[in-house]
Amino acid sequence: MTTATKPAPVPAGPTTALRPSLKVPVSLGVLSLVALVFFGFLGPSKTAEMKVSEQGDAMELPAILIPGQGGGIALAILLLAMAAYSVYLWSKGERSPKWLPIAFAVVFVFALLVWIVAGAREPSISLAGLIAGSVTLAVPLVFGSLSGVLCERVGVVNIAIEGQLLGGAFTAALVATVTHNAYVGLLAAAAAGALVSMVLAVFSIKYLVNQIIVGVVLNVLVSGLTGFLFGTVMAPDKELFNTPARLDILPIPFLSDIPIIGPILFEQSVAGYLMYVAVAVVWVGLFKTRWGLRVRAVGEHPQAADTLGINVNATRFWNVTLGGAIAGIGGAIFTLVTIDSFTKEISGGRGFIALAALIFGRWNPIGAFLASLLFGFAYNLQSILGIIGTPVPSQFMAMLPYLVTIFAVAGLVGRSRPPAASGIPYVKG
Amino acid sequence: MTTKDSNPPVDPDKETVEEVQAADVALDTAGGTLEPSLVPVSTQSGDTGHPQGSVLRRIVMGNGFVSLLAVFVALVLGGILIASTDPAVARTAGYFFARPSDFLSALWSAMTRSYVALFQGSVFNPRQGFSPLLETMTVATPLICAGLGVALAFRAGLFNIGAQGQIIISATLGAYAGFAWHLPLVLHLLVVIVMGVIGGAAWGAVVGLLKARTGAHEVIVTIMLNYVALFLLDFLLNTEAFRRPGDVSPISPRLDESAVYPQLIPGSRLHLGFLVAVALTAGVWWLLNRSTIGFEFRAVGANPAAARTAGVNVQTATILVMAMAGALAGFGGIAQVAGTEKVLTGGVAAQIGFDSITVALLGRSTPWGTFFAGLLFGAFRAGAVQMQIQTGTPIDIVLVVQSLIVLFIAAPPLIRSIFGLNPGRKKRAKAAAKAAVATGGAK
Repeated sequence: MTTATKPAPVPAGPTTALRPSLKVPVSLGVLSLVALVFFGFLGPSKTAEMKVSEQGDAMELPAILIPGQGGGIALAILLLAMAAYSVYLWSKGERSPKWLPIAFAVVFVFALLVWIVAGAREPSISLAGLIAGSVTLAVPLVFGSLSGVLCERVGVVNIAIEGQLLGGAFTAALVATVTHNAYVGLLAAAAAGALVSMVLAVFSIKYLVNQIIVGVVLNVLVSGLTGFLFGTVMAPDKELFNTPARLDILPIPFLSDIPIIGPILFEQSVAGYLMYVAVAVVWVGLFKTRWGLRVRAVGEHPQAADTLGINVNATRFWNVTLGGAIAGIGGAIFTLVTIDSFTKEISGGRGFIALAALIFGRWNPIGAFLASLLFGFAYNLQSILGIIGTPVPSQFMAMLPYLVTIFAVAGLVGRSRPPAASGIPYVKG
Repeated sequence: MTTKDSNPPVDPDKETVEEVQAADVALDTAGGTLEPSLVPVSTQSGDTGHPQGSVLRRIVMGNGFVSLLAVFVALVLGGILIASTDPAVARTAGYFFARPSDFLSALWSAMTRSYVALFQGSVFNPRQGFSPLLETMTVATPLICAGLGVALAFRAGLFNIGAQGQIIISATLGAYAGFAWHLPLVLHLLVVIVMGVIGGAAWGAVVGLLKARTGAHEVIVTIMLNYVALFLLDFLLNTEAFRRPGDVSPISPRLDESAVYPQLIPGSRLHLGFLVAVALTAGVWWLLNRSTIGFEFRAVGANPAAARTAGVNVQTATILVMAMAGALAGFGGIAQVAGTEKVLTGGVAAQIGFDSITVALLGRSTPWGTFFAGLLFGAFRAGAVQMQIQTGTPIDIVLVVQSLIVLFIAAPPLIRSIFGLNPGRKKRAKAAAKAAVATGGAK
């Protein structure tokens, strides 16, 4: 998304030609010190109980017990070690490996969890439920951010993810009710998402309208359309138009009984399984196939791609359309899996979170997937915190994904670089 | 880059991007000869032709005419949408071939009834005279203020999607000063305004700072800050400091009488904030067209690299313009808490921040254009309430019409092709490029 700044802004901080940036070591160091002080020394004295399996599961495992303060200190020391490793690499003039910030984030989030749970009124939480719930909440985000990845990789900024999700949710509810078939609803949702995307593509590719403007306006348009049709068609006759058939949860025998991993991987609806397939397909497609190479070429340097005989605008059009279809499926999750009917603004800003996930995941399908999981976790934690009662107001937990994203785009958590031609229309000439 | 069509033959290889962009700066700053661009040329399609053609063509191709057509087409499409869900239309369509006149009259009445109610709720009706117009002006006040903020940032090449957050923060601070402190008559209102404007400006300046220092894209940062502001307000409204004493619902005490804008016309909600909005519009016009700093803003918007070469401090300009945009949105927040609502609630900003983006786009980012676009959308908002009561048409139709208007205005070639105004098929690509400039590159 380089609409306004052609020349790269001067990066802050000392960067020399030879040494890699100090940003990663410094931010890891600061965060681990924060963890040491708040989660460790000022940590709660109670013991956090994390239940790994529910009663009655096929495999019952004992709960994990972690003392609030001791556990906090131990985890903080682990974080400090990782930060020190990063500094060591920096002093040798090497970049930190990609896995380091991810591992750091996982440990940090776990330390945060221990701190929150041990400080709660009721210091007990079902880890399995927490993680399974996070994945459920993350499914629409994953589809939305995959849509964003496909669009931005081909050079079209997709601010309209929110509209695609909402359009998909509405169409899925309507069609699944009328046809009494959830799978037809799912297909219709994909078509609706693709339709929204086509408008985006036509306006931004044929009429050269600024993509961000089209995206913003499309969100309003879809919100208005679905709201209007909800008011005139769905609300007066809910039985006939807004009681969609449901996508059943299809557990895979035996595998779904594995603690923690089982419910995540093997106890999903069709759409849930589709999510894993989609992430894998988009990743392989983008980075291992000829099609992906072309897509990325169009997104990075359309002129070069054109010279090599790739039809830039057609590639863009079909990719954006495909992206919309994927986001539409994500929208269907709301009405066919999580909630049993459509309501106005059912997507509630998830499209923007998906946008954030895609940036946080650095325009990579797997990165976007992991970031979506993180944001899904934050959503879920927020609702669970309300139940177990914590000192942290839930609103601040709710802010977390947004703040993390701001830090991410500001480059405080590593560099984020969008595809070079993202947001710039291509005019052959 | 298709500039070679309209320029003297130049070896395309020699014509560097910088040269084209330098030409853009000249274009954008050529004084009154050109319509100012909606969004600076460098952030547009990357395509700059040069306006040519007769006076007649420039009128037909020009902004005002296309905007009118866009509004017309959007209203017709909205009408079709209303009619398509109307039971009478559906019933008469059943025997369309037997008696087509029934169907057509039902269609016409469905399409017009809602718009008549909209008009009566926003401009004039026989019962109340022109008093709905006063309500329209009241509703338009925050839209104009926030729209000016969005427009100003557009002109400097920044997409300020964050008016919503800026309004929320300013309304929060302003309202707090209004109900928690008790000051003398004139001073109190001034303090409320200053608090709110500082809040909005700070919320905007953060975006400018991040953009200038780290290159963080302002669209992402503003969207995220909108949510942060929303949750912050939600949190504050649940604290003792902001809640009404003895009340658990998240609503603040009423602002002191000394802290609110005085009423302009008895019997209406119209308040001094509207005149403030008029003054702000004039002020932004002066800033953009007559002041050095406004010139710098436009230069940065047209081409940051050229502006830097010319000695403009781009970083400072970015921070400053975002702070000013936030301050303008802040006036919108103040108009809400100290004018229209007089209390702080979670929904104080409603959809104003998002509507203000469409207002600025419809107004083509000129101050007075934004002003009248704000009045139009204010009329939609005010009239929609009456429309829903009288005809049962959901308010959401307003969103549809608004977004269609902006979509059509942003794509003049589309509107022209609907009305068969396009100059020749062969030159379609060229025409699109030309239109981009003739309309100020409303991309």
